[in-house]
Amino acid sequence: MSIAGLWRTRQQRYNLQGEVCPDCHQAIFPPRDVCPHCSEAAGPLHTMSGRGEVYSYTKMFNVPDGFLAQRPYTVALVKLEEGPMVTAQLTDISDEDVEIGMPVEMVTRKLREEGDSGEIIYGYKFRPVFAAAD
Amino acid sequence: MIAGARTIQRLLEEKRFAAHALRCVRIFEGIAGITNMRNVSIVGIGQIPVGEHWDLSVRHIAYHAIAAALEEAGTEQVDALFVGNMLSGGLLKQEHLATLVADFCGLRNVEAAKIESACASGASALRIGHMAVASGMHDVVVVCGVEKMTDTTGESTTAGLATAADAEYEAAHGVSFVGLNALIMQRYMYEFDVPMDAFAGFSINAHQNGAKNANAMFQKPISLEAYLNAPMIATPINIMDSSPVCDGAAAAVLVASEQAGTYVTGHHPGAVQILASASANDTIALHDRRDPLFLEAAYVSSQKAYMQSGVTPADVSFFELHDAFTIMSALSLEATGYSRRGEGWHLAADDAIGPEGRIPISTLGGLKSRGHPVGATGMYQIVEAVQQLRGEAGEGQIRNALVGMAQNIGGSGATIVTHILGG
Repeated sequence: MSIAGLWRTRQQRYNLQGEVCPDCHQAIFPPRDVCPHCSEAAGPLHTMSGRGEVYSYTKMFNVPDGFLAQRPYTVALVKLEEGPMVTAQLTDISDEDVEIGMPVEMVTRKLREEGDSGEIIYGYKFRPVFAAAD
Repeated sequence: MIAGARTIQRLLEEKRFAAHALRCVRIFEGIAGITNMRNVSIVGIGQIPVGEHWDLSVRHIAYHAIAAALEEAGTEQVDALFVGNMLSGGLLKQEHLATLVADFCGLRNVEAAKIESACASGASALRIGHMAVASGMHDVVVVCGVEKMTDTTGESTTAGLATAADAEYEAAHGVSFVGLNALIMQRYMYEFDVPMDAFAGFSINAHQNGAKNANAMFQKPISLEAYLNAPMIATPINIMDSSPVCDGAAAAVLVASEQAGTYVTGHHPGAVQILASASANDTIALHDRRDPLFLEAAYVSSQKAYMQSGVTPADVSFFELHDAFTIMSALSLEATGYSRRGEGWHLAADDAIGPEGRIPISTLGGLKSRGHPVGATGMYQIVEAVQQLRGEAGEGQIRNALVGMAQNIGGSGATIVTHILGG
């Protein structure tokens, strides 16, 4: 993603900033112009709590350019407690820990280094909730 | 107001059914809109064997397929060329592809345009060609699906394929295309209590059929043991669940059915009619689907296609589905009317999908064994369906092949194009 694109999406990547539809009251992430649930104009900004649970996961061995240094890593679909689902890496886990339904929470981590210039891109990952309680 | 329109009106009034109503409107309009159109037939096909063509560039492989298709049609008179391709810009740094290909094929002063909708680019291009001929805008259209994936490293190709997903909210997190399908498969296995070896039958069937196709990348059967011991790409997807990276090109010549007789002369194998052509989309991101385990776009596009053609699932002699990953075979069969939700994998176990089965699939190897040169795949499916319907599929021939269905999927189920062909 371009530098401008990264700057533009910083509130989403750092704070999970989405919206709540003023019409049907459903939470939306990331922000949209049209509510995907009721097709009315989407609503005011709303920051998600960052808590959710694992809907599905995969441990990836073949990975795209830009992610080679991290492989293998686990990517999950995380169902946020407000309703929206997000795609994100899991962190602070060992293989055996991951299971569907596991409660997780958002943390900010390095996602990748971009291109030859090596800008570090930060964004959300998710870790097991019990790790925070330790 | 007729009954269908009244139902839609009522649904629109009940807001919670808004999305469903919109889908009904689209299906309804889709049927109403085709009544004044011309029927379209395929009078020439061509393909290059799928594989790693390091000695040929994208223009060469496209030419190979197009020249063969035009020769079979016995014409040099072409009005338009539509090229289905996904990655020429990303991997080859070559856009403006349709004009490059037209130039290389000697097709000057024709209309040429590239059609892109990820892995559904091939069938999308066919659909544009179909619209052009059906509407009367053009009389002779060549459609070519072409992809060159082996000029770059595996990681670059993987990153290129990931551009079919949402760049900002999926690919940015390092998920590959295999990864997205793995997320679907993991949840599917969890929700429907599916055993680890449940999908093996899809892969074994594809390879068995591909062994009978001289144009397939892998012409070798595989054993259950080979499947079970295959290394993981992204859990639970192993290498035998997954279609290969490769190069390929396949083409067809489209004319109005009423004019097909002009081309079908002498030794010509006969025209095949496009009985239905339909496309539907879904959210681009898997995480935004209402139900990530159901291919809504496959359901909508196949329902449209059934209604356009008057064909029912039971009438289909064979089904070239989009088995990029074994899980997609199960989901396609479920969404297209061959099985209940969560039970598509039973069809592989019951051998319903073999050449003699209830619904033969991947009859010449499918994406798994023939190969999946992404933007070309939709056109390989069509070319193979034509081979089957003409009775020219050799050892892979399905008995009594009267109606063929082909379904091409772009992204993790975001664009799904269904065609039904008949003799």
